[in-house]
Amino acid sequence: MQTLEAILAAHPFFQGLDARYMELITRCAINVRFHAGRYLFHEGEQAAHFYLIREGRIALETVATPHQPVTIETIETGEVLGWSWLFPPYRWHFSARAVEPIRAIMLDGVCLREKGETDHDLGYELMKRVAHILIQRLQATRLQLLDIYNVNPGSGGGPSR
Amino acid sequence: MSVTFSDPMLPKLYRVQRVRHEMLDTFTLELEPDDDSAIPPFATGQFNMLYVFGVGEIPISISGDPDKPRPLIHTTRAVGIVSRALQQLKPGDTLGVRGPFGSHWPIEQGVGKDVVIAAGGIGLAPLRSTMYQLITRREQYGRVILLYGAKAPEDILYRRELKRWRGRLDLDVYITVDHATNEWHGSVGVVTRLIPRAPFDPSKTIAFVCGPEIMMRFTAAGLEARGVTAEQIYVSMERNMKCAVGFCGHCQYQPYFVCRDGPVFQYSRVQRLLTKGEI
Repeated sequence: MQTLEAILAAHPFFQGLDARYMELITRCAINVRFHAGRYLFHEGEQAAHFYLIREGRIALETVATPHQPVTIETIETGEVLGWSWLFPPYRWHFSARAVEPIRAIMLDGVCLREKGETDHDLGYELMKRVAHILIQRLQATRLQLLDIYNVNPGSGGGPSR
Repeated sequence: MSVTFSDPMLPKLYRVQRVRHEMLDTFTLELEPDDDSAIPPFATGQFNMLYVFGVGEIPISISGDPDKPRPLIHTTRAVGIVSRALQQLKPGDTLGVRGPFGSHWPIEQGVGKDVVIAAGGIGLAPLRSTMYQLITRREQYGRVILLYGAKAPEDILYRRELKRWRGRLDLDVYITVDHATNEWHGSVGVVTRLIPRAPFDPSKTIAFVCGPEIMMRFTAAGLEARGVTAEQIYVSMERNMKCAVGFCGHCQYQPYFVCRDGPVFQYSRVQRLLTKGEI
């Protein structure tokens, strides 16, 4: 069975991070499980953690119309859930619901944030890695906003008009 | 000038055998030659010109299996005058067919490699024939991965086939939608979000991408970020076509005629053109 440290070290989010930081990060991490349907956090709540998803699918939701949550995107196996722990006001922007049974590693964001404030090398590494995720999500959101399947109706099937 | 039967400009009469309504605006036509003659062989990714008499002619990709050419199958969306007229056709109606034309998805280059099929919206139609071929010759390839993105759950094309392919242990099928309510239990996000999740070896991969141009651009960028080179990626282009044989110039795309040099292009050949809005 893989140790928590080995799992964390192998995850792309922490790959290449100095061993002394990995030790610290492992101390801030615990294995968690969530049943399908359970919320990991709710929009507006204090954001003190983030998650490395080992298995399962999580829906990021918001309420666009009363009683009708809309899924903004899903975060899935191998991906990182949550960045609000790193940026003021440290509150979740969306709610996260387990669509399937979830196995994850939960990391103490407050602990890491405080360490990053005093050790700027660690802070910079964390910031770079979270920024990388943010860029990917921003690009995906831009594409989502373009509503690409309606930009040029009929397009997209090779020759089709 | 004498006109021969093989004149590429001369449509052949076909009869509508069946119309499948895939979605509100998307439909599949199953066609048979009116004289019951053989259907010309075609390769995956090629297209035919479909002619609604008195209305006009448009290019439509073939979405059937090249190994089972009967009936001749086309799926398209009703968005213009001709495609709307095609949607109105009923079994027994006749139309003109010219083709097949154009380049094909080079699945022969995928032998021994992982094959990534990335489709957006109706872009799955010309790639369905590729999926048929890959499945028939499954043992010749490494992983076969389908990444499919649609606007919403109700816009997913070929649902029954996707379900069947998903149930196979030798295919990796990933489906995502751009928008969904919480009743949808699948993935939500644009199709490019599927690329990091898919298990393929970038150094031994060939990728076929079809969808709106912007989807193909972003997908190719996502594949390149994973280490797949522009030479390993193929895209299917769409332009206004008239003659389909490279004479009229309607589909000129800088140095290429999409009907003759395409519609399937190696991404490295069109990569720079795709960001130029003026062509």
